[in-house]
Amino acid sequence: MKVYDLPDSRGHFGPYGGIFVAETLISALEDLRIQYDRYRNDADFQAEFAYELKHYVGRPSPIYHAKRWSEHLGGAQILLKREDLNHTGAHKINNAIGQALLARRMGKSRVIAETGAGQHGVASATVAARYGMKCIVYMGSVDVERQAANVYRMKLLGATVIPVESGSRTLKDALNEAMRDWVTNITDTFYIIGTVAGPHPYPMMVRDFQAIIGREAMTQMQEEYGRQPDALIACVGGGSNAIGLFYPYLDSAIRMIGVEAAGRGIESGQHAAALTQGRPGVLHGNRTYLIQDENGQIIETHSISAGLDYPGVGPEHAWLKDSNRAEYIGITDDQALEAFHALCHYEGIIPALESSHALAYAAQLAPTLARDKLLLVNLSGRGDKDMATVAQASDITF
Amino acid sequence: MSRITTVFDKLRQQNRKALIPFITAGDPEPALMVPLMHELVKAGADILELGVPFSDPMADGPTIQRSSERALKYGVGLKDVLSMVEEFRKDDTGTPVVLMGYANPVEAMGYETFAARAKASGIDGVLTVDYPPEESEEWVEHLNRQQIDAIFLLSPTTPQARVEQVAKMAQGYVYYVSLKGVTGAANLDLRDVADKLIRLRSRIPIPIGVGFGIRDSMAAKAVAELADAVVVGSRIIEEIENSAKENILTNVYRLVRSLRSAIDEAGSKH
Repeated sequence: MKVYDLPDSRGHFGPYGGIFVAETLISALEDLRIQYDRYRNDADFQAEFAYELKHYVGRPSPIYHAKRWSEHLGGAQILLKREDLNHTGAHKINNAIGQALLARRMGKSRVIAETGAGQHGVASATVAARYGMKCIVYMGSVDVERQAANVYRMKLLGATVIPVESGSRTLKDALNEAMRDWVTNITDTFYIIGTVAGPHPYPMMVRDFQAIIGREAMTQMQEEYGRQPDALIACVGGGSNAIGLFYPYLDSAIRMIGVEAAGRGIESGQHAAALTQGRPGVLHGNRTYLIQDENGQIIETHSISAGLDYPGVGPEHAWLKDSNRAEYIGITDDQALEAFHALCHYEGIIPALESSHALAYAAQLAPTLARDKLLLVNLSGRGDKDMATVAQASDITF
Repeated sequence: MSRITTVFDKLRQQNRKALIPFITAGDPEPALMVPLMHELVKAGADILELGVPFSDPMADGPTIQRSSERALKYGVGLKDVLSMVEEFRKDDTGTPVVLMGYANPVEAMGYETFAARAKASGIDGVLTVDYPPEESEEWVEHLNRQQIDAIFLLSPTTPQARVEQVAKMAQGYVYYVSLKGVTGAANLDLRDVADKLIRLRSRIPIPIGVGFGIRDSMAAKAVAELADAVVVGSRIIEEIENSAKENILTNVYRLVRSLRSAIDEAGSKH
């Protein structure tokens, strides 16, 4: 069997990935690459990372058998990898800790981050407080409005939240603004990118920090079920929770399904399904699938879930799609909401709207399979942050 | 010999430095573009840099971001920019035109198509902010097949070893980014620019232009004493932004004229 060993030394996953940034950032990325290369194999670094994940985050996160929901659906058994139980309520904290530990070793006193739903912003603000670093979070003003609770959480944690008023005022513009900050404050600042996108080494580094999800799952499945699942299912915006689950399984033959946001329906044009509807291009430091017009302008995306509302996707997913190692499909806002309510109803778990996309696909797939099949869904975050959005979708005002 | 090299050779013989104004194509409106280009030349521009509007201008400060957004409201894309240059070329076959922009519009058009169309429109050089030399091999090949110069950036953070690598690939002129930051920033440190340029000079065989943060005649003059070319962008775009439509050409002319005079006052050091 061919062992998966991407990216190459310059960050390429086939034709995707790479380093597409302005000259001023090149040396900072080279420095980051060298430092990360050093610490990824450093026993002290890895021991500290493992300690923090166990004692601060609360790992390992359990695998939970959603028995009532599976019975209701009448087919394969749905298992949930409970990243929602992590400290701060999502998988984002795994990566934020990894990068913060690296920032400390690199002597950077100031961290910046971009955020969409606010989960990565909260995770970054959290680790900045934990390690005594100054934290600036860039967030599109549209997202600031729809994720007010998370904005307040970041402020409570001592971060400065800067609303971004340029472009479409969402996650992509927050990323642009964070890049502009980084290029200006390159000497003392560490940019904590929240997903498996951006220039090399970010997609690789974020993947490595999130791969704890898949590694734990492999061990837990063996211990608790005596075998590995028949399929892995995860939502994909930038794609960090999905790659975290998939990566340790890449050398196996297990089916992998990434679920993108089909928003108001693919045919409406209001979606965020970069892999299934986009074309390859260059944005935010890497070559990948992008939602763009015929002139190469990036188009505004839509998803009910702010965390999936991004016109690009991590370059490794672009490669996994082209090489047919993973499948990618779309789930609409309405389908995600239905799965959201189903999980509340049958299991007493309030999932994040992002994760609800993965749940919705599991709900489609399960009834088509035999009862002894196992579907492992990454429940990447909890839904407390989405109360206002879900209530609004049901025409309820508090 | 390329138009860019011809211009620099001529200036060197006259002991003068180049003035390179930057404007965003289609800002403030497409109809004004070609007249604005001619006005810049009339006011003393040696080379024109035209920004290709992009939805996500990561390396640009607020001024150029706004200009890009204004142009995008008219739907100005790469194809339209090429048509504008073609139109400009009907009356000006001597002034080099350099496109400056981001990778994705070029990716969308395709390297081969872009290079052929750019040549046909009379483009002399292209600077793509987010194509560093490492990712540019195929890109430069396509440009060179059409005798278009591939222009690259150097910055205060570029290590010496990399300068050599960029020097090998760079054509036309090298664009030295004068500060750590985005276009139009206010933290220009002339002493730092001077130090860096002395070290670059021995390694770069082609002319060096300096841009980012050059906001007035004094800075333009100071930079002209150090470099072969002075690039001014955000300041000109502010003038466009702050002028009533009927005064844009006059006001831009006056501003560029004053930059020209300041640059010509600079004593030649090289």
